[in-house]
Amino acid sequence: MAKEVAFEAAPQPRLLRVLTALTALGFLATLYLGLVVAGTDIEQGDIQRIFYIHMPSFFGAFTAFGATVVGGLLYLARKNDAWDRIALAGAEVGLAFALINLLTGAIWARPIWNTWWTWDPRLTSAAVMCLIYAAYLMLRAGIDDMSRKRNFMSVYGIFAFVSVLTTLFIIRIVPETIHPVIVGASPQNAQGSFEATSGVVTALAPSMLLWLTLMPITLMWHRYRLETRREALDQKMIQALGD
Amino acid sequence: MTTPFLKCVLAIVAKDLRAEMRSRELLSVMALFALLSILVFSFALELDRAARAEAVSGVLWVTLIFASLLGLNRSLAQESDQGNLDALLLAPVSRSAIFVGKFAGNSIFTGIVGLLLLPLMTVLYSMQMLDIRVIFTTLVGIVGFCSIGTLLATMTVHTRAREALLPIALLPVALPFLLTAVRATKGVLNGAPDWQVWLQLLAGITVIYVALCLLLYGFVVEE
Amino acid sequence: MTIIQVEYLSKTFGLLPALRGLDFSVERGESVLLFGANGSGKSTLLRLLSGLSKPTAGSIRIGGWELPREAMAVRAQIGLVAHRPLLYENLTATENLDFFGKLYGIKADEREARGDELLRQAGLDRRAHTLVRTFSRGMKQRLSIARALLHQPDILLLDEPYSGLDQAACELLDELLAGAKHAGRTVILSTHQVARAPKTAERALVLSGGKIAFDGPCDRGRLAELNRDAPKA
Repeated sequence: MAKEVAFEAAPQPRLLRVLTALTALGFLATLYLGLVVAGTDIEQGDIQRIFYIHMPSFFGAFTAFGATVVGGLLYLARKNDAWDRIALAGAEVGLAFALINLLTGAIWARPIWNTWWTWDPRLTSAAVMCLIYAAYLMLRAGIDDMSRKRNFMSVYGIFAFVSVLTTLFIIRIVPETIHPVIVGASPQNAQGSFEATSGVVTALAPSMLLWLTLMPITLMWHRYRLETRREALDQKMIQALGD
Repeated sequence: MTTPFLKCVLAIVAKDLRAEMRSRELLSVMALFALLSILVFSFALELDRAARAEAVSGVLWVTLIFASLLGLNRSLAQESDQGNLDALLLAPVSRSAIFVGKFAGNSIFTGIVGLLLLPLMTVLYSMQMLDIRVIFTTLVGIVGFCSIGTLLATMTVHTRAREALLPIALLPVALPFLLTAVRATKGVLNGAPDWQVWLQLLAGITVIYVALCLLLYGFVVEE
Repeated sequence: MTIIQVEYLSKTFGLLPALRGLDFSVERGESVLLFGANGSGKSTLLRLLSGLSKPTAGSIRIGGWELPREAMAVRAQIGLVAHRPLLYENLTATENLDFFGKLYGIKADEREARGDELLRQAGLDRRAHTLVRTFSRGMKQRLSIARALLHQPDILLLDEPYSGLDQAACELLDELLAGAKHAGRTVILSTHQVARAPKTAERALVLSGGKIAFDGPCDRGRLAELNRDAPKA
């Protein structure tokens, strides 16, 4: 006979509500800057505007993946489950950002490069980044014992990040890319490059700031709370079945 | 109180080599797989002479990596199926000594397969692979790959569907080895001067990964 | 003198509690029978005591050392005969003992002498140089006990050592246990069959649902009664 078990979620902290509102407003504001305020690119036309999400999402992913590493290290040191939940939130949010980066890139490449996808080293490394964290989530799902899971995933999160960094480093050495480089000089054969004029920077800088800080932090916090509730619910269910 | 590091490592390696000499279950499977793989590649790619020069280092590394995946799975399954990893953990032995022992054993087995593959590919693909630089690159790459491979195989023996999860978990994080090792091998075979840069990168990544594995292995075996 | 001190020991697997707050202590040289139905937490307790797994809450002190923090100091004092034999199938009996002897840092000549002596006691001297994979369940179990005794531990932990053994093998095991007791070792042996309680056991510790249900002298009649009353897990 199943009996009812009280299960109430802790109310959202005020700071989280403020952050959520700020993130939403910030997102709308940067969209406005990118879609309306910034001038249209002479060569590429409106498609260039996707860049105001494409590049920030790539760097924002690193904030999230960084949280996975820090969460993993602190979990190994302190054995506090909360750090592992932060690591998980980081991996999921980071993967979402990396996928946004990949998708916006493909949409941009279609008119500019005349193809959705090409095995350019930079594109390959972005795809690898997605695959690494997809593997992270799959491995996580395959381990039953909770304390083992937290240990293993903390270790794996560290290797995942090291692998992302070394892959990017290796890719950077390869000169044969057709991807435009925004920071530093574009390679000679880059196709579809454009200059970081003051208009571009006006739209890019706020968007970058949003995707580096507010966006990942807010999303990770929500994901963290969701995981806390999910684990608490599991605990209640076991108790209800056991007693 | 703790048994000396090197003694434990040697004991574990000697034990693995002796058991393998008896059963040959790792090496025979890995070697046969490697042979099949290069045959399949030669049919599938229908390589002419120019294409061979381009593809041969890729064939070598893909074959080596999949052969070592087979070996890693078996090697750690041998420890966990009979609960032997517990017996190792019960002993007053540093956890990193257990790692180095298993890692050295896996590297030796994969290294043997690699050293068998090079003359074989020299004959079958008529490429000069018996070059000291290729041999050295092959061995460094194998050591690097086996370090993270041993650590992850220790994890995946505790998971559901472990045979499937090891490649999924291992290939993306071991990609830096594949990228650099393929380029270094290709550089040597094509007479390009950049092979040295790639070999240095490969060695650097190997050092980083081995150090991380040593630091983190203890967390992987504790319960 | 107390050698094992357990306080409020709890262990949960995922969310399932296996042990819920055990308190007990064991004197040096004592022989304890750990009794309980399947799933009552016997194996979990033995794994915790051997340092193979870590408690969720509570503390274990062995010979004054605290587990799991000071596990390295305790390891050499403990011999575990687990449910699985923990032997290498592709090595011979002698090679297995030699390998584990090395891990415990026993010197070469002593390794050989102790190994030979233990194989003789376990009745395996004639099979010393055959591969373990050809051994029967009982022979593996005896070799497993020899492995656990090789480094002359103060504490011997045995998890269901009688399961799968025939009459002769059981008697041999009883002899080995009597020998261990005679040598002053502390022995904790788990079983779920009252009939198999060894004569050497002085004290019984009955586990039920992860808690201690009974702690007292090892009396077969009393145990059989408890066994009947115990709810089936």
